[in-house]
Amino acid sequence: MSTLEASPPQTAPRVRNRSTRLQRMQTRLAWKMLAPAIVLVGLVAVYPLCETIYQSFTNQQFLGGISPTRWVGLANYRHLIHDAVFAQSIWTTVKFSLITVSFELVLGMMVALVVNSNFKGRGVMRAVMLIPWAIPTVISAQMWKWMYDEVFGVVNDLLMRMHLIHHGVAWISQPSTALPSVCAVDIWKTTPFVALLLLAGLQVIPTELYEAADVDGASKLRQFRKITLPLIMPTILVALIFRTLDALRVFDVFYVFFGSRPDTQTMAIYNQNQIVAVGNVGYGSAVSVAIFLVISLFVVIYITALRTRSDQ
Amino acid sequence: MKHRSAGAVAVSAAIVALACVTAAWAQPRSSAIAPPKVPNAAAIKAKYGGQTITFLGDNAVGKSHTRDLMLASTFSKATGIKVKVVPHPADSSAAYAQLARNFSSKSSSVDVMMLDVTWPGAFAPYLADLKPALGTQAKLHSQGIVQNDTVGGHLVAMPWFGDFGILYYRTDLLKKYGFSAPPATWSQLESMAKTIQAGEQKTNPNFYGFVWQGNAYEGLTCDALEWVASSGGGTFVDGRGKVTINNANAIAILNQVRSWVGTIAPRGVTSYGEEDARNAFDSGNAAFMRNWPYAYAASAGTPVDGKFDVTVLPHGSVGQSVGTVGGWQLGVSKYSKHQGAATEWVRYLTSPGVERFDAIYNTNVPTIPSVAQDKAVVAANPYLKPEIATVARVTRPAAPLGVHYAQGSQIIYQGINQIENGADAKSVLPSIAGQLQGLLKS
Repeated sequence: MSTLEASPPQTAPRVRNRSTRLQRMQTRLAWKMLAPAIVLVGLVAVYPLCETIYQSFTNQQFLGGISPTRWVGLANYRHLIHDAVFAQSIWTTVKFSLITVSFELVLGMMVALVVNSNFKGRGVMRAVMLIPWAIPTVISAQMWKWMYDEVFGVVNDLLMRMHLIHHGVAWISQPSTALPSVCAVDIWKTTPFVALLLLAGLQVIPTELYEAADVDGASKLRQFRKITLPLIMPTILVALIFRTLDALRVFDVFYVFFGSRPDTQTMAIYNQNQIVAVGNVGYGSAVSVAIFLVISLFVVIYITALRTRSDQ
Repeated sequence: MKHRSAGAVAVSAAIVALACVTAAWAQPRSSAIAPPKVPNAAAIKAKYGGQTITFLGDNAVGKSHTRDLMLASTFSKATGIKVKVVPHPADSSAAYAQLARNFSSKSSSVDVMMLDVTWPGAFAPYLADLKPALGTQAKLHSQGIVQNDTVGGHLVAMPWFGDFGILYYRTDLLKKYGFSAPPATWSQLESMAKTIQAGEQKTNPNFYGFVWQGNAYEGLTCDALEWVASSGGGTFVDGRGKVTINNANAIAILNQVRSWVGTIAPRGVTSYGEEDARNAFDSGNAAFMRNWPYAYAASAGTPVDGKFDVTVLPHGSVGQSVGTVGGWQLGVSKYSKHQGAATEWVRYLTSPGVERFDAIYNTNVPTIPSVAQDKAVVAANPYLKPEIATVARVTRPAAPLGVHYAQGSQIIYQGINQIENGADAKSVLPSIAGQLQGLLKS
């Protein structure tokens, strides 16, 4: 700016006014275009969030009209801290998220690499691979529940025919196999989505880089490590954010498989149970706020990672 | 291109045709018995004809839904009131949640609904008082159930059909393995089941001795109450509101049940509801089943048709045979816009004629004692024979827990489900007792 002031007085102020007026115009236009979205987000997301936070300080019941709603201050939160079932559900959800997201990332990467290469029927393959993702979760969960059935299930039948097991395994009922079986369903369903995200990232990488690497005599594995991986890191991070936040809020498949079985509750199931089945809206709202904070923690971690990466 | 698309159209048409044929074949054939005429139809038509009411009716599986549709059709034709039948979820806990959502939003979209025997206390503020219109008809019904449905002097629900837990057993298998009579005690059932299962598993690896409702839901509270009450372990909460679930007899029987899971019962029994147990039994993969009377009619036409019978549930070495009181009532929503038409629909459903039809068509236990003694009804419902029908009934602790019943039942069934999955009853029951006590105090 000091250099502009040193230049001839006629041009400097004109240049400054034009840029700031343009900037101001653009800023106003941006606000005007964002206004509808902000109002919508405010109504749909911010208002219910504030209402939930308010309700978490009361003892509201689902079947209201029987006991009047009173302000109870931090009583719900005090109870929440000592709630072992909720703590267990947080741990179950985090375990589920870690397992599914890591498998989906690895498998999704493999699928994306395959579908990115040139082969006959590639277009059809890209459409077909999305079928698990397209089927509504509740329906595919019920389908898998029948497949996992101890007596009638296809999974047990196949494994017995291959002589890998002698007796039908109760995949869903046994606590040791319950979480792995539900993780498998989620991985089956969501790998195509991650593959699609990663495919978009792969397609932006210019092929000349690979051609140059081939000329230099680099192996495929080295090419993957040195060219592909660094260039799709932003895409991987985006996919991680999407998937982790989704996995932390998992509900459908657990609800169909287990209902409100105590040992496999996730945060969302525990929350729904408190609000609807048990009817404690006040306490359930406190649980909701706690879930919101847990997820926010993960968001902060990821955004920080994304920001440091982009700073590099 | 033209060839390929013509081929695709032909294949699609064939699939649609096949689906239609299958659907038609799967329709229930007309039964020998038809719904009775609607009394006073002309008067009802004059007053309420042309209105439409929504009835939240029985499960979509089995003959229950067909029964609802048949009754709705007869009623609509006679009175001009159109009845829209919507089946409620098969899981009773899910059905409770559905009604809770409906009432808490003061919705008028449901006029008449089925209420489980433990719900009138919780939903009373949202139900219309039926005493003025149906008080006289209520006198025909079993007074114990009418009392259950009367809250604060208001008759908030009319008894629809009764229910109590019974033991289903395979007569052919008992004969094959040399047992002359069904088991009288739980230990006898365990040994009979072991023998039969050992023999049958040689040819059928999916065969198990005993199946029940072991999933973590309301049905498990019913089954567990039967185990505990028949073994001298009390009824979870006694008549004076004292929590009695933590005692030596209850611990013993529940640990015995724990030993059955994976041995005489499939490991997956801890995820079974009524229909899962019935599927296992009806497909010939179980020797004994604990279920409600509806399963009797539902098992007609299955591989075990004609090869099974029913009796009272076994008891422990201490105690007598019992059956948990189940059964459903009918209520009219206070927010309904057609309370008059809805009440007439309830009047029709709870009349002696329709209860007789339900008892014969769907083998439900009538709540009108005179209907329960009707010869044709007893012929179709072997569990109405005096030796079974007079079994002692136990009720779940809905009265002492009141509006907290759903939460209290959840404490019970989640704890029992943990025992089924391997936890020691000695450590789980004190925890259940403590939580129930806390709930009763609030």
